[in-house]
Amino acid sequence: MLSAQSLAKIDYELAKYPADQFRSAIMGALRIALVERRETGNTPEERCLNADVIEFVANYVGIPPVAAYEVATFYNMYDMKPVGKYKLTVCTNLPCALQGGVNAAHYIGEKLGIGIGETTADGKFTLLEGECMGACGDAPVLLVNNHKMCSFMTREAIDKKLAELE
Amino acid sequence: MAVFVNGVIFEGVDTATPDCWRLEAYMARGGYQALKKILDNKIPQEDVIAEVKNSGLRGRGGAGFPTGLKWSFMPRSFPGDKYVVCNTDEGEPGTFKDRDIIIYNPHALIEGMIIAGYAMGCKAGYNYIHGEIFEAYELFEEALDEARKAGLLGQNILGTDFSFDLFAHHGYGAYICGEETALLESLEGKKGQPRFKPPFPASFGLYGKPTTINNTESFASVPFIIRDGGQKFLEAGKPNNGGTKLFSISGHVNRPGNYEIPLGTPFATLLEMAGGMKDGKKLKAVIPGGSSAPVLPGDVMMELTMDYDSISKAGSMLGSGAVIVMNEDVCMVKALERLAYFYHEESCGQCTPCREGTGWLYKVIHRIANGEGRDGDLELLESVGNNMAGRTICALADAAVFPVRSFTKHFRNEFEHLIKHKKALVDHKWC
Repeated sequence: MLSAQSLAKIDYELAKYPADQFRSAIMGALRIALVERRETGNTPEERCLNADVIEFVANYVGIPPVAAYEVATFYNMYDMKPVGKYKLTVCTNLPCALQGGVNAAHYIGEKLGIGIGETTADGKFTLLEGECMGACGDAPVLLVNNHKMCSFMTREAIDKKLAELE
Repeated sequence: MAVFVNGVIFEGVDTATPDCWRLEAYMARGGYQALKKILDNKIPQEDVIAEVKNSGLRGRGGAGFPTGLKWSFMPRSFPGDKYVVCNTDEGEPGTFKDRDIIIYNPHALIEGMIIAGYAMGCKAGYNYIHGEIFEAYELFEEALDEARKAGLLGQNILGTDFSFDLFAHHGYGAYICGEETALLESLEGKKGQPRFKPPFPASFGLYGKPTTINNTESFASVPFIIRDGGQKFLEAGKPNNGGTKLFSISGHVNRPGNYEIPLGTPFATLLEMAGGMKDGKKLKAVIPGGSSAPVLPGDVMMELTMDYDSISKAGSMLGSGAVIVMNEDVCMVKALERLAYFYHEESCGQCTPCREGTGWLYKVIHRIANGEGRDGDLELLESVGNNMAGRTICALADAAVFPVRSFTKHFRNEFEHLIKHKKALVDHKWC
């Protein structure tokens, strides 16, 4: 279900913890599975985690599937719902809001013709509001697909970024 | 992000140079000399801890607990494994200093953790990094590789009989994991729900073993303390508030960013360093220590110095050193609504007063902000808050209540006006 490359990455995570504490690796393992789904999936449904993938990862790590499911649903960056090719998360918490975060989110929504929490009809973009990303000095801040942080996202910077992601 | 340097962690770090974080650059700045000093001179563990105590270093994550004292709580003669854990799960709105430490000076943190491992007799350590700064996590992994290849981590460090290894672990979107026992649960691969205390981590921590958890900035301050002496660190700040501190300034200032300055620096000086108020507007309010710290009116802030004791005396907390600056155009009801939503979203759901209470607080503030407030809503907020604070396993409930109490205390007229006239006193627009 996962590539040899992803499994090797999970092995690397497993090696970080004492031999009898393999459960610790589940956070990294689920992230690795999600990244592979996102990179290889063709539809929003194929880009998120689901019960089958979680069960596979749990078995590989050696923990009960329900324990992995608990983790996948507790931490909000594990996408459990269908998601666009590019998931855009804009921080709108207070420090960012004071520096243009809310406007940045609305501007992206207007440009893409979607509201917060929605995905474009072509399955390309999903827009979300995020909570603190620990980068308030760089506001407005935008995360692309969980891992790529874009700073100082003025309207011009947003136009440029969206064009790049076409 | 700009970092303005005048302190112990960023001393000599040229953040404009892409390779400033690498081992070679760190060595050129005097890096790993503290560790060598300890290993070469076989300095006893208790002497290392005593030096950290002498420095007056207080926990930089928010609580301000003396770091040396915390280290001394670890059992000396415990027969099994012990752990040292770093909390880089930086998600307190307004705080963004630890990310810069990792991006620009990760080896200061690594060296500080190795020294901590030595002082407390730990074989391994973990750095738990906020999932949203994943690029910093990847960079930290690279820095760990450099240290391992140079013989600074792993078996027989620098040819001595001291062994210690360090690993990176990432969060994936849960503010609560900044609470140290939630962090341990998460590190164990579980939901990040705080543990009931006692037992404290020093006796029952990671995998049930004795564990010490410190903030990134605390660990990163340790090499300076060991290399140049605790006294010198202490003198860099003021009594009972040793050292320099990173302040993250956000909001309505001209140059948001991190500023490492001596504890005890006047707030007015810090504001000036950050370029002053944006567009020359008037200062209205400041949250001096991250979103959980009580807000203070601007004129009160202008009289304070930035240290634990001064801010605490004024009724707030220095916290993580996250300074959120608001100008005269901010509607304090709208500002509080945003924070209340955050705590509601991030409550882990374990304790009823917090799970339900954060939702109630948000709902009531939301309706006031939208001109639907009712008579008695301010009393209702107070009552809900009183039934949350101090009645839960961890401090998230308290953190949600502090802003509500302080906003409604210092800016009560704005809340009352909105409830009475269904219209805000301040014509607010998020810029």
